[in-house]
Amino acid sequence: MGDENQAEMFEDDEKPLDLGGSGSSSNKTRSSSSGVVGDCFAQNPDQVLENVLENVLIFLTSRRDRNSASLVCKSWYIAEALTRSDLFIGNCYAVSPQRVIQRFRKVQSLVLKGKPRFADFNLVPVNWGALFSPWVNSMSSAYPCLGKICLKRMWITDEDFASLGKALPRFKELVLVCCEGFGLAGLATIADTCRQIRVLELIECEVDDDEIDWLSHFPETGTTCLESLIFDCIDSPINFEALESLVIRSPMLKKLRLNGRMSIHELYKLMRRAPQLTHLGTGAFSPDEAALVEEQEMDLRSAFTSLKYLTCLSGFKEMLPGYLPSIQPVCANLTSLNFSYADINAEQLKPIICHCHKLQIFWVLDSVCDEGLQAVAATCSDLRELRVFPAIAREDSDSPVSEVGLVAISEGCKKLRSILHFCNKMTNAAVVAMSKNCPDLVVFRLCIMGRHLPDHLTGEPMDMGFGAIVMNCKKLRRLAVSGLLTDKAFYYIGQYGKLVRTLSVAFAGDTDVALTYVLQGCPELQKLEIRDCPFGYAGLLSGLHHFHNMRFLWMSSCRLTVGGCKEVARRRPQVVVEVIRDVYGQQTCELPKIEEDLGQTVEKLYMYRSLDGRRSDAPNFVTIL
Amino acid sequence: METVAKYEGDLNLKATELRLGLPGVEDFEKQKTPIVRNNKRALVETGDDCGSNNNSDISDARDRDLETAPAAKKQVVGWPPVRSYRKNSFQSKKTEVETSGMYVKVSMDGAPYLRKIDLKIYKGYPELLKALMAMFKFTIGQYSESEGYNGSEYVPTYEDKDGDWMLVGDVPWEMFISSCKRLRIMKGSEAKGLALGL
Repeated sequence: MGDENQAEMFEDDEKPLDLGGSGSSSNKTRSSSSGVVGDCFAQNPDQVLENVLENVLIFLTSRRDRNSASLVCKSWYIAEALTRSDLFIGNCYAVSPQRVIQRFRKVQSLVLKGKPRFADFNLVPVNWGALFSPWVNSMSSAYPCLGKICLKRMWITDEDFASLGKALPRFKELVLVCCEGFGLAGLATIADTCRQIRVLELIECEVDDDEIDWLSHFPETGTTCLESLIFDCIDSPINFEALESLVIRSPMLKKLRLNGRMSIHELYKLMRRAPQLTHLGTGAFSPDEAALVEEQEMDLRSAFTSLKYLTCLSGFKEMLPGYLPSIQPVCANLTSLNFSYADINAEQLKPIICHCHKLQIFWVLDSVCDEGLQAVAATCSDLRELRVFPAIAREDSDSPVSEVGLVAISEGCKKLRSILHFCNKMTNAAVVAMSKNCPDLVVFRLCIMGRHLPDHLTGEPMDMGFGAIVMNCKKLRRLAVSGLLTDKAFYYIGQYGKLVRTLSVAFAGDTDVALTYVLQGCPELQKLEIRDCPFGYAGLLSGLHHFHNMRFLWMSSCRLTVGGCKEVARRRPQVVVEVIRDVYGQQTCELPKIEEDLGQTVEKLYMYRSLDGRRSDAPNFVTIL
Repeated sequence: METVAKYEGDLNLKATELRLGLPGVEDFEKQKTPIVRNNKRALVETGDDCGSNNNSDISDARDRDLETAPAAKKQVVGWPPVRSYRKNSFQSKKTEVETSGMYVKVSMDGAPYLRKIDLKIYKGYPELLKALMAMFKFTIGQYSESEGYNGSEYVPTYEDKDGDWMLVGDVPWEMFISSCKRLRIMKGSEAKGLALGL
């Protein structure tokens, strides 16, 4: 969660990997005999140059710089490919594992992303794809030094974990974000086989409860290498004794995030065992019904006081507000606090937040109301990231936060870089104020939950507010819009949003012109996700020049037809055009062949550039045009 | 280009038409008739057909939608964009509030993949079973209180809040959807114990 390292890892703040490069079409072999770096005794002066180059390129770590280096000439391309150790693949279908292995030879760490983000909201059918299997099977043999894997929105099976553990027993770091397809058995396999594992982090994953006691599979004796163990998303009971034993034998453990099944008493014991923790997820933060007996023996406040290095606190999944004051001793040191599962009001928040002077990342529920946000603004002048989630996530909910809270935040937290804010009443004036008070904004995501809601004081569309954001926040890279929006809002985005890379649009706009403004006005646009907007073929056509520069385009419940999408596919062969159909209550074998019905509405369009053309694992409700 | 100039100096926003309920129409129709998909649009896409022609088609379509807009707003899939695990934590506490979706996993013995369905969209057992049969391509016999799904190759079961595995159909529908955690389509031979209430 609010862990800056993770945020950086997944922020696409760099130009896309140009895997095409200059050498993809060439089978030319290198003039030197082998890839040995530092071999200065070769006869060929070209080879000396290449070896020197490789030695220098090792120091190049940014993938943007490496992409540029690889384009200089063929020998630079080759040298770069041999020395790139950190691989980032933003779309697992943009390139095949075979092509990757052919080009890069010494990969030590991999970041791989799969499904489009709208899969998080049930817009992508479960078996759409993004399988990890082909990757694990080819990479584990090709990259013996692969020690670190981060996967986002991938489908991973227990067998994949077994393959990974078997092929790479010295594996060190596994970070899974929004992944599914596996159960506790998979984790048990990792614990069994990867005895040098340092980092095991599961974030927002769906893990099948197959009732395996995975924690017992860690070695039972001897110290472990564990530095980070995060499993707060696992909705299964935990073997506390196994965990406690593990924590005792993990002197390097800095990050521990418990799941909501762990009681406050179990948390207390673990806190006493691990005073060196920097990141703590507190689990349920309430007692187990059966354990009331132990209540007197627990001095929670003192336990928190002993965590002298703690900077990041989360959890509170079933919190009883009576326990909240016990965290007060750590507040002054906290840089990150996640209360987004704690249903607390302003009065409960204030005594805590008033101590959090150093807070940079804060996630909270709207139950704290505008008053709570005002309290945050009064203390947290160093705040960089704020997320306000709705306690009741319905479009007709009476969310108690409004423009008042937003203005307060903008006035108190001027260094704000990233905001995600759910609400059900907002004004243009407040958004304009934020655009002026927080010029460092890089991410602005406002979700007015009621569809097509205008400025609730003036009745006007929210065009001016979002217009001000793109105009005044010159560093803006990511934008999500909502509320009643006309084509004018999109005019502003196209006109001023010159650095915008990611744009999310829902229930907005009047005509295709809006889409045209964006596709023609935003040269840095990488990821465009649209749902339920009146955009059609004309709008889509206006982006033909740009699609190969984008990672993906998603359009669902818009005005596209099969014929229109097919035409785009015909004109842009380096882009894969997927039409995805919902298969609720339908026999998939009965779905009519989609290409025969050109006039049929496209429910979901997912379009992405790919070096390797159409994928071979598409299920039958996906048609690749 | 005219529209560009108009926006640039426009401080007084012109009144925009109200469009409440529009997208809800599509979804409303979708939820009423999940099997039959007949939402073909009249728009004909050709290579030269850009600009004004398309726009008028779009506004015509929307005018039609305006006429048929329903009074009540049904909740839309995936909106607001909050992940389901965040939704579940609070709405289970506020039981008066109707939840916006109730997704449960469905597995079938022998099938390699899981599916997910929203129990809220079904009105009762017959609809649910029909959907399951279509999804996984199996058939079941008639349900009877005494004998369960006797004679079926597959039997639909579910895990309830207490962790017990029950036969689908044993409890009233309302109780079922509020207690069902996940579904499993079991082989008939394995489910015999359940049918007899053991």
